[in-house]
Parts: sequence; structure tokens; C-alpha cells
Amino acid sequence: MTIELGHFALILAFAMAVAQAGGGLLLWRRPSAGVEAMVRQTALLQFLLVAGAFASLAAAFLTSDFSVALVFEHSHTLQPALYKLTSVWGNHEGSMLLWVMILVAFAASVAQFGGRLPGELRTLVLGVQGLLVAAFIGFTLFTSNPFARLDPAPLEGRDLNPILQDIGLAIHPPLLYIGYVGFSVCFAFAIAALISGRIDAAWARWVRPWTLAAWLFLTLGIAMGSYWAYYELGWGGFWFWDPVENASFMPWLAGTALLHSALVMEKRNALKIWTILLAILTFSLSLLGTFLVRSGILTSVHSFASDPARGLVILAILGSFIGGAFVLFALRAPTLRAGGLFAPVSREGALILNNLFLATACAAVLTGTLYPLVLDALTGARISVGPPYFNLTFGVLMTPLLIVMPFGPLLAWKRADLLAAGQRLLVAVVVAVVLTTIASALLWDGFSLAPLGLLLGFWVTIGAIADLAERGKLFQVSTGESIRRLAGLPRSAFSSALAHFGVGVSVIGIVMVSAYESELITTMAAGESVELSGFTLTLLGDETLPGPNYTAERVTLTVGGAGAGTLASERRIFIASGLETTEAGIATYGFSQLYVSVGDRSAEGHVVRIWFKPFVLLIWLGPVLMAMAGLISLTDRRLRLGVPSRTAQQIEKPAE
Amino acid sequence: MTRKQRRLLVIGGIGAVLLGAVVLIAIAFQQTFSFFLTPSELVAHAVEDGRAFRLGGLVKAGSCARDGEALRFTITDGQADVAATYSGLVPDLFREGQGVVADGRLMPDRTFAAAAIMAKHDETYIPKEIVDELKARGEWYEGQQGAPLPAADNPCRAP
Repeated sequence: MTIELGHFALILAFAMAVAQAGGGLLLWRRPSAGVEAMVRQTALLQFLLVAGAFASLAAAFLTSDFSVALVFEHSHTLQPALYKLTSVWGNHEGSMLLWVMILVAFAASVAQFGGRLPGELRTLVLGVQGLLVAAFIGFTLFTSNPFARLDPAPLEGRDLNPILQDIGLAIHPPLLYIGYVGFSVCFAFAIAALISGRIDAAWARWVRPWTLAAWLFLTLGIAMGSYWAYYELGWGGFWFWDPVENASFMPWLAGTALLHSALVMEKRNALKIWTILLAILTFSLSLLGTFLVRSGILTSVHSFASDPARGLVILAILGSFIGGAFVLFALRAPTLRAGGLFAPVSREGALILNNLFLATACAAVLTGTLYPLVLDALTGARISVGPPYFNLTFGVLMTPLLIVMPFGPLLAWKRADLLAAGQRLLVAVVVAVVLTTIASALLWDGFSLAPLGLLLGFWVTIGAIADLAERGKLFQVSTGESIRRLAGLPRSAFSSALAHFGVGVSVIGIVMVSAYESELITTMAAGESVELSGFTLTLLGDETLPGPNYTAERVTLTVGGAGAGTLASERRIFIASGLETTEAGIATYGFSQLYVSVGDRSAEGHVVRIWFKPFVLLIWLGPVLMAMAGLISLTDRRLRLGVPSRTAQQIEKPAE
Repeated sequence: MTRKQRRLLVIGGIGAVLLGAVVLIAIAFQQTFSFFLTPSELVAHAVEDGRAFRLGGLVKAGSCARDGEALRFTITDGQADVAATYSGLVPDLFREGQGVVADGRLMPDRTFAAAAIMAKHDETYIPKEIVDELKARGEWYEGQQGAPLPAADNPCRAP
């Protein structure tokens, strides 16, 4: 019964979204109080309805109601409660429902918290969001209905794909989806700006908090997905340049560019056309990602539960939204006037450089991801573009960005003195070179490019610290005075320094692992020992243990030498499906990890693959720092959604 | 600097970076892309010696033989077979009859040395390229994969 209620709620939400889109898009010009209220309330009600629909599906999963086809396909009574819940989005239909719920939640928050927006703009934004919601609820209802019943109801379910039975499924997809879908708000604002023709600094001010929120969740989502793949897939890799990974990475690159260009637009009223275009592009790339993942047109290691027939429908939705947005953009863009002027060497110039390199890197990733598809469609030739391509192009394009990154925050708006900024960074250069020399000497194992990478990483991290030190005039005035100065800085100064610091931390981690990890594949019997990077690993033996819905064959190793501890790697054989997964054994020493994957059995014992990954945790610590920086920036009072009334009044005047 | 010169400088700089990026992408692409081949294509066409490529097909039934870390198996698409070797741990879903995509090179003795084996999260996985191939020959039917194999009976993973 609750399932039918949920189904009905979703249908009702669909009807409301259509009404919201119609009301918002047709009546946005001087909306009456009634229209404004209708558009706002439908947005809020939709959230309640879709949340109700989601809750009814979740209840069906938690109670293992196998009369629901989706529950039968993807759940099992023996699964722990947490995995019963996460099974809701561990499949195509349920994950679309989660996607839609987040989309509706963002629309509802614009309706709820957008009270200070001018009525026309808010109505229009909600109209665009209504259109998006209608399209995606429609897609869910008509092609991927999660509420279909099964009669007669089976006694037992088919179990969730074992690889997904992990805490990672509870964390990664929701974060990633909040990030992906959050950019829909930026998209709606961009479309609203293009329709109404009001594009000014205030627009950037309104959009920035939403961009920041989406960006910080996407950052966390990608990082957590990477860590999940690292420990779950048992290959010890953190990034494979797989199409599905690229699909989440491209909106991140575009979103990062948007975050920076919106800054120029907000402060200097410049780069308006580009910022609007980026807002459209970022969400288009999110949609493209959804299409690539959901349609299964790409050969990927991460995708699951895809269906090409649905892919066509998503492609149609994608095409009409992106196509429509670009037509609107082409019609409107020529009427926009360029804003504030600036010299090439200035904060604006640095931010343009940032956008230039992020956008080209994004284009390089897009080319590498889509070119094989296009070539296949046009000529039938099948090629694959792998990590070497991405490492080369992405690495070359990111290097100049990392070199100029510490300069950016030190340059003044409009016109800046590069030499002065260079002098102020002199200490940072020296410290970075010294740190690189020490680290490279300690880790030396033959000639490689690794020291250059480390130098970049240290340069960015130390540069971020130097930026704060400079603002606080550290060592130039008394310590107390410095602290007073730092405390008086706006939060955005801290957040940009922290975000840049996080980038440097990630770079150091990536270079360390790529250049200095060591690996060993061997066969070990009980009692045997091997040595790797100063660690001695001894295989204690294996035992068979029962799990809730699997039996585990656990192999335990003790670690001696450079660090002490025990490691256990498991092969889990799932009762319902007969499938098995490998759980890696990981021991952490500081930021470094020993990673053991015990796999196939041979006549002489177990085949064991051991890695030592120096400073591997830095790779994910970086994004966590970036997300924290985003959070700090969100709490900056200058960015609060209730914009200062002074600006609001300026907006009331119609822009020419 | 006049306004015009300034603008020229900015636009010229952006243009130079974009041009450089296009050249970079083209060169990187030329140097690194690899062909995706099915076993019959590999038999029909010669592959440059030592050039890495991607081979996709099904693990032939009864072809897995494991000796310590070394695994020998055959990749087939129903038309042609290619003997393959791999050292290390195979993905959990790797088994006979299962779809497989492997990166590697051809050895002088015409065996395929796989450097990396990819399998999907999905238990009913056949590479799309192989599905297309089978469909083109009319040998494809839904549910091709059959039920998963109990782990202990998997000769690819235990002796």
C-alpha cells in the first residue's frame, strides 16, 4: 500500500512540476502575488511529495517487501539494515529517484531561502527548475519506474551486487549527486538571466553560494568515490581515467572555473558572458555524466545497471536542455556589454588564466572521453584512449596553472605589480626548493620527473601559507599585531588559501604515490615472510568466518620492521549470488599505507599482492581541505543568501 | 599601453594557449591511443610490434590454467581464439565464459601478454564491443551470461 502511495506522490509531484514550469516561465514578467506564491509552494510541496515517495521505497527495502520488483532484484533478507537502505540507490531506478529528490530539494531551497531575490527572478528561476524536475520525474516515471509490483511476490530477493555492499555506497553517490545536481541551480539562474536579460554583479552574488555548495559536495563525492574504488576494487589504484570518473571530473573542472569567474563578475562586473556560459556548461557536463553513466554506451569499470534504451531518452532530455540553453545564449550574448577594464597583470588576469587552463583541461578530458564514441559512430573504428593520454595532456595543462596559483591572491584588482608579488613569494620559492631537495634526496631511486612534481606541490602549499603570512604581515610587525590583522581578514581570504593549500597537498600525494610506491606479487604459505620498503610481512594463516550474508576467507598477516601491526585481507563469498569480492587489508602509518590484496589460491599457498603507498592519504586529504574551505566561504556573511538590501535595491532598477 | 593593445595582448595570449592545447591534445592522442580489437580482428590484421592495444572478448570455457602468480587463458569471440597470459590477481568477477577487456601487447610467439585486466562491477558484463559483434553475426541472445559460477569451482582463481 505505501508503495502505491509513493508512486502516487511521485505522479502528483510530476503534475506540480509541470504547473510550476508553466506558471514560472509564462507569467514571470511582473508576477502577481498569486503566481509567486503558487510557484513557491509547488516547489516546496514537490519536495515533500518526492521525499515521501523516496521514504516509501526505502521502507519497502528495509522491510524486504519482495512484492516490489526493484526490492526483489536488488535486496536480500540477510543484508544488514544499512545495506538494505543503501540498496535503494544501488540500482538504476532508485538512483534516478535519489537524483530527482536532490533536484527537487534544491528547487525547494531556492523557494525557501530565496526570499531576498527579486520576485521576477525567483519566479523565473523556479520556472526553469520546474522544467528540469518535470523532465526527470517524467523520465523516472515513464522509463524507470521504481514502484512496479511483482505478483506473486517471491520469498527471497536476488541480493545487491556484492561490490556495492559497502559503507562507500552510503556516502559516495549521495555526495556526488548533491554536487552534480546542485549545479542545476546555477543553470536555472543562468537561463533566467538570459531570458530576463538582467545580467550583473548581483547575479554573480546570488549564484556563488549555490555554486560553492554544489562544488564542495562534488569535491567530496569524487574524493570519496576515489577512496572507495581504492580500497574496494583491490587494485590499489586511486584514479583510472575511466569514462565514469571523467564524467564526474569534468563538471568539477568546469565548476571550479565557474567559482573563480563568478568572483570576477561579482567584484568587477566583467567576464559576464563567459560566466553565464560556464554555468550552462557545468550543468550540461553534469547531465552528460548522468547520460554516460546511465546509458552504458561506454565501456567502463564502474557503471552498473545500465540500459541503452533509456539512454536515448536521457540523450533527448540532454539535447533539448543543452541545445535550448545554447540557442538562448547565442541570441542574448551579443547584447551583453563588457564590464570593468583591467590590465593583463591583475587579479582579473590571473583568474582568466585559471579559467583558461581549467577549461582547456576539461576540453582535453572531454575529447579523450568522447572521441572513441564519435569515431565508432562515424567510422566504426574502435579505439580506446587510456591513462597515458590523460596523464600527458592533463599534466601539461595543469602545470602552468599550479605555477601561477600562488601569485593570484597576491595580485591587486585592475592593475597589479608582478615583480612585487614575486618578491613577496621569494621566501616561498626558497622553502619549496629546500623541501623538494630534502624529500627527493631521501626518496631517491633513480632519475625521474618526480622532483619537479613535488616542487609544484610544495610551491602551491607554501605559496598558500605565504599568502596568509603576507596578509597578516607576519615577521614584519609584532606577533600580536599579526594575529589581530589575520583575525580581521574576511573568511574568503582564509578559504581561498585553504583551498589552494588542499590542491598542493593532493599534488604532493599523487606525485609521491605515482613515483615512489613499491609493489610485490608473490605466493605465500603460512609462516612465510616477505620484505617490502623496510616492512616485513608474515602470513599467519587463513580462517573461514561467517558474515551476515556471506562467508569470509580471511588471511591475516603481521607487519614488522618499519612499522608494527596486523593486516587482514578477505575474500567474501556471497550466499545469495555466489559472487565473491576481495577486501583489501590496509595498515596506515602516518599518511602512508601498506595495502595487501590476497587473491587466488595456488598449490603453494596464497597469491598475495602487496603495495607500500607513501603519503597516499594526502591525495584525499587535499579534497577534504578544499571542501572545508568551501564551507568556510559559505559561512562568510558577505555571501549569505539574504544579500545586503543596498544591492537588492540597485537590482530593482531595470538594467538596460 | 593603449586599450586596444591591451585587448590584443589578452586575446593573443588566450589564442596562443588554446592553439598550444590543441596541438598538445592532437600529439598526445596520436602517441597514446590504442586500438580496441576482438580476437578475429587481431587474427585478420597485423598489429605493429610492441604497440599496446586493448583486447576484448570472452574467457573461453576450459581455458584457465593457473600456476602460482601466472595465469594462462584464452580470449575468444566465437570466431577466433587468442592465447593470453597474465601475472597477478584477476578481478573478482573474472571467470570462464565471462566478458573480459585486457590491455596488453602481443609477444613474439603471438600470445597476448595482458598488463591489466578490467572487469565491471556488474555481474552480467560482456564488453559492449563483443555484444555488437555477436549481434552483427546474429549469435546474440539476451541472458547470454548465465548464472554466476560458485567461487570454488572457478579454475581461473584456484588450481
